[in-house]
Amino acid sequence: MQPTPTAQRYIPRMLAILFVTLLAALTMATFSVSSAHADEVGTEFDFTISGNVQFNGDALDGVAIAVDGNGYQADTVTDTEGRWAIGVPEKGTYEVTLDEETLPKGVVVAKGANVINAEFGLTDRKSVNFFLGEDTRNTVSFFDQFVNRFVNGLNFGLLLALAAIGLSLIFGTTGLSNFAHAEMITFGALMTLVFAVQLGLPIWLAILIAIALSGALGWGLDAVIWKPLRRRGVALIPLMIVSIGLSLALRYLFQYFFGGSTSQLPGAGQTDLKFGPISLSPIDLISMGISVVVLLGVAYFLLRTRIGKATRAVSDNPSLASASGIDVDNVIRIVWVTGAALAGLSGVLWAYFRPGVSWDMGFQMLLLVFAAVTLGGLGTAFGALIGSIIVGLFVELSTLWLPSDMKYVGALVVLILVLLFRPQGIMGRKERIG
Amino acid sequence: MDWEAIFNNAAVELISPTTAAYALAALGLAVHFGYTGLLNFGQAGFMALGAYGYAISILTFGFPVWGAFLVGVGASVVFALILGIPTLRLRADYLAIVTIAAAEIVRLLFTTNTFASVTGSANGLSGYKNGFAALNPLAEGSYGFGPFENNAYDTWLRIVAWSIVILAALFVWQVMRSPWGRVIKGIREDEDAVRALGKNVYAYKMQSLILGGVFGTIAGMIFALPRAVVPSNYQTTLTFFIYAILLLGGAATVLGPIIGSMIFWVLLSFFSGFVSRAVEAGWLPFMTTIQGGQLRFILVGVAIMLIVIFRPQGVFGNKKELAFVR
Repeated sequence: MQPTPTAQRYIPRMLAILFVTLLAALTMATFSVSSAHADEVGTEFDFTISGNVQFNGDALDGVAIAVDGNGYQADTVTDTEGRWAIGVPEKGTYEVTLDEETLPKGVVVAKGANVINAEFGLTDRKSVNFFLGEDTRNTVSFFDQFVNRFVNGLNFGLLLALAAIGLSLIFGTTGLSNFAHAEMITFGALMTLVFAVQLGLPIWLAILIAIALSGALGWGLDAVIWKPLRRRGVALIPLMIVSIGLSLALRYLFQYFFGGSTSQLPGAGQTDLKFGPISLSPIDLISMGISVVVLLGVAYFLLRTRIGKATRAVSDNPSLASASGIDVDNVIRIVWVTGAALAGLSGVLWAYFRPGVSWDMGFQMLLLVFAAVTLGGLGTAFGALIGSIIVGLFVELSTLWLPSDMKYVGALVVLILVLLFRPQGIMGRKERIG
Repeated sequence: MDWEAIFNNAAVELISPTTAAYALAALGLAVHFGYTGLLNFGQAGFMALGAYGYAISILTFGFPVWGAFLVGVGASVVFALILGIPTLRLRADYLAIVTIAAAEIVRLLFTTNTFASVTGSANGLSGYKNGFAALNPLAEGSYGFGPFENNAYDTWLRIVAWSIVILAALFVWQVMRSPWGRVIKGIREDEDAVRALGKNVYAYKMQSLILGGVFGTIAGMIFALPRAVVPSNYQTTLTFFIYAILLLGGAATVLGPIIGSMIFWVLLSFFSGFVSRAVEAGWLPFMTTIQGGQLRFILVGVAIMLIVIFRPQGVFGNKKELAFVR
């Protein structure tokens, strides 16, 4: 399984630091010389499983090791040089367990890595090494973790909002639940990758080009697919299925050209700055800044400009808007361009947050965007913003209690619960749900 | 160019258990979408519940085949109730979003390491086929002819799978001609009119959701029998493929999903066989074999769009019985 984005972000931070281990280097010769010192059990057998428990170059003694398999069990402790060896009756696969309780304070085994399945190869000896790391889990108080996750969740929520507002505006003005929004998100990140990495442009320029191209994609999709379909009077549900087909086709088109691997944008993975309990990379700070500025810009556009007011009018009632002289097709075109450009920007920020650019990154996020939009109220721009921040916070904060590979489950369960109790969403009006 | 192998491999798909599983899942979706107008995008979730319900019952609890079957069906009924209660009163696209989310929840719960001892996490489960194989009345040996020649287990699997598909199709055919089916079709055409006649639309929709979901679940079990149960098989893409099959055959038809599944798999197999051999033969110098594999997904996506736009009733459908009335 592919690690979830946050797993990629945190595991290195927590444990990585010092994955020291050893002993693979220990040759058979050195082992047999020193084996006399080790507290060896099962010496009557021909086959031996052995290892050396060290942390940061210091041998750890008194660490309990147990071997279990093929109907045979034995345990031992490491000697003052950190070595251990256990003889076993036959070649085969054994489960080697390191008792975490016996490790000195401040040293831990990576989660789930204290049990290793050892299988003999061609030789009669098998060395087994455990990955030890500094225990940082106990040093962070719950409150500090909470604050840290909260800020990360805010960051995630803001980038989610960029995508969600576009989706919500498109839904509001055309009634379309656009599943291909995921691919518009991916497109922004992929274009940044092309211009920044493959063509070597400065990153800010690459991002601007990517956003412009995303907007162009939105314009193109509207002109080539959605506008003709509106003209034909195709109903909303077929339109939605068309968007699913489009999503599938585009997603695999991306994979066709970019392959299945994950690439990094320049500047990803910078070291974190510490603000009290909060650790953020400079990219995270810039990302949040950009999100806030752009969201304020969108709010200004919707509330203060003529075309923004027209957009809200169309969103409210297209026929009435049309009757009062608003060029509905033009408004919808602007909404597609804006929505696609925002989705592209969101994709770039998502690429830094995950981190990494891959062909299906937008699709991984799509359901969260839908959850955010539904939570806020389908078709309302500000509802989408609030919904996104709630979903972002919920996803990050839920990792305090849930395993990180289940963090999206919480957000999706919330989506279903909201529909149960307040189907119109937080900002939606009751009439919308029909 | 080995045309014979390409046609052979394509013909194998005509009656393969996978084709049967997709046909049955699409038939369930026809009940949901084609007849009732429910936009269920969580068919992959129902299939996953069937496959995991069957495999976990056998591996963890040691149930017999029929017990495991009932566990899977029971799980999907519960799942349908959970999905239906909040969403069946709402507009169609809400059901779409909730079902797609619920199917993902199901998949994530089967993927997470937290329950690895039961679900096998991302590696999935295998080794649950003995009970089914033990029911096989056929003697060892090979049956069939040409591309349809199989060993006893595979033949038995095909017989069971297609018998279930045929029974399900007959059932849908009959039930849609019954008074119940007329109400269901009425809901698709005009929910309010049916409500005005005093029918409990909500209850009818729920029954339809459960019926189609159970078909999806049984399809999930058939899907799991020739392979292992792996969570990544039950992504939303699976649901989209089933939609492609349904739309291809015709949403509000009984034969549509079955013939649609056959056409879909034969064409897909033929196409991927042709492309990969054409790439090897150097006919398509701009493409690698991996890219050829992705090309077919692109074509499935394009096909979904074209069918919906230009022939929304599918190959067998009747234009009067369009699923998309509004």
